[in-house]
Amino acid sequence: MSRRVAMVLALLFLFGQVAAGRVLADQELTNVSYDPTRELYEAYNEAFARHWAGLGKGDVTVVQSHGGSAKQARSVIEGNEADVVTLARAIDVTAIEEAGLIGKGWQGRLARNSCPYTSTIVFLVRKGNPKGIRDWGDLAREGVGVITPNPKTSGGARWNYLAAWAWADAQYGHDDARNEEFVKKVFDNVLVLDSGARGSTNTFVQNGQGDVLLAWENEAYLSLAERPGEFEIVTPPTSILAEPPVALVDSYVDKKGTRELATAYLEYLYSDEGQRIAGSHYYRPGNPEIIKEFSGYFDLSLKLVTIDDPLFGGWEAAQSRHFSDGGVFDRIYSR
Amino acid sequence: MTASRKTIPGFGLTMGITTSYLGFFVLLPMISLALRAADLSLGEIVSVATDARVLSSYRVSFGCSLLAAAINAVFGTMLAWVLVRYRFPGRRMIDGLVELPFALPTAVAGIALTSLTADKGWIGAPLARLGIAVAYTRAGIVVALVFVTLPFVVRSIQPVLEELSPDYEEAGRTLGAGGFTIFRRVVLPELRPALLTGFSLAFARGLGEYGSVIFIAGNRPFRTEIAPLMIVTRLEEFMYGQATAVALFMLLASFAVMFLVNRLQIRAAAFAGG
Repeated sequence: MSRRVAMVLALLFLFGQVAAGRVLADQELTNVSYDPTRELYEAYNEAFARHWAGLGKGDVTVVQSHGGSAKQARSVIEGNEADVVTLARAIDVTAIEEAGLIGKGWQGRLARNSCPYTSTIVFLVRKGNPKGIRDWGDLAREGVGVITPNPKTSGGARWNYLAAWAWADAQYGHDDARNEEFVKKVFDNVLVLDSGARGSTNTFVQNGQGDVLLAWENEAYLSLAERPGEFEIVTPPTSILAEPPVALVDSYVDKKGTRELATAYLEYLYSDEGQRIAGSHYYRPGNPEIIKEFSGYFDLSLKLVTIDDPLFGGWEAAQSRHFSDGGVFDRIYSR
Repeated sequence: MTASRKTIPGFGLTMGITTSYLGFFVLLPMISLALRAADLSLGEIVSVATDARVLSSYRVSFGCSLLAAAINAVFGTMLAWVLVRYRFPGRRMIDGLVELPFALPTAVAGIALTSLTADKGWIGAPLARLGIAVAYTRAGIVVALVFVTLPFVVRSIQPVLEELSPDYEEAGRTLGAGGFTIFRRVVLPELRPALLTGFSLAFARGLGEYGSVIFIAGNRPFRTEIAPLMIVTRLEEFMYGQATAVALFMLLASFAVMFLVNRLQIRAAAFAGG
């Protein structure tokens, strides 16, 4: 009798173990991100899985999705059940918030505006910098071919445009008419207006178009690493602080019961390991100590304007003034 | 009634399936499209869709698609002719190649064609020495569209050509007609419906093509900006209503073109019959 009870108990225990093991093994997390974070999150997901398993919480598989930032936000709004989003601009996350899927005040939930890493806009030029491009003013010079994605279709490219605007504003003493004239000149020099950042990189790097590519610092370093000896990075004296935010998608994590996992996933981005992974993928780590370890390739003296500067007044204001239908950017390209 | 039942068994059932099938896959998406545009007033729709930059993008899209379809109508017919009428080694392989543009993701095609025709590319470099630019111009758009829409023309014409017995041509020849006359008076009338179908399919596909064109066009406003890009631009801005307004105008315009082509076809058929 007691032997049978023991058998049953042992079996139950075994079943429990198997079941528990299965529950742990089945943990899956979906991270909807934008294009140039592919390599970053490949490395980070591995590190996080190790960290999570090390805590005795079982195996976790992270499913990645990459695409244009706004397009990715739209897919989440339309039912792509992401646990977390890691996008190029706060306004794309806000769009998901407005659809009711992310709680209000998401940007205050994690440190540094929910941006574990940042980047900035730099110039990628051909070896030896034959056109002598040093600063934003050089982009408006006659005979300089500029390559940038279209700010209307590429979230990342809006930073390019705004960085140019910020430079002009400081240069011309806050004169909007002259700022507009300057960015118009820059965009008159644009030879190919690709729809996304990777398209522009391809146009400049593979197809040899133009003299200067306006690129996110991390993208510029990737091109440098891919084709050593063909290009140089020019960091202008001033640029813009590009802040790609991360957020939990409340509705979907609650539906799937992945809140704890998803929270840990985002928080670990701020850990020393997470920060170093960001740094080694050429994103500027937010941690002021860790970024110093990467001072070899980040120009730390660069003066950076933020989107919350009174000049722009945050994403919503910048968006409606510059990029909405009939906004400043449309005026540049109207006849 | 009974007679028709005998000729088409299960007419009620098949007709029911047909209408719900069409309704679900064609009509329903169209209705949702129209409803999305209904966020805007008619005035707003018209002003969005007739903005100078949007109008110029229609011109680029319609012009390039028509030209690409016309080029394919000529060279696609030739290709189909060679494939059907001649037996040569590698014929099957070439026949298979025709379908490649269907199988290849269009973005891949776009990137490949761009790097070929850019001024540093294999084809682009010699052309650049002659002062001809292909990539990042309208010519580039046409090249991409010719590639993408080639199978439509070839595959529309092939079966008709296979049915067309060479006896007719021989008959023409014995009656003293020259090669061109035979083609014009004997072959072409037979081919015309299929040719028009292939042409309109190619044209319609070209209008909507985004993936490949976007890489080769350069996307410069008023020069090489295509209408689908104007739609995507608005979608990126979360302006669904406006995107739909542009799409609706495009749809109406392509309906008009298709209608015209169809009228042409009917008239041509009547002409050939009479």
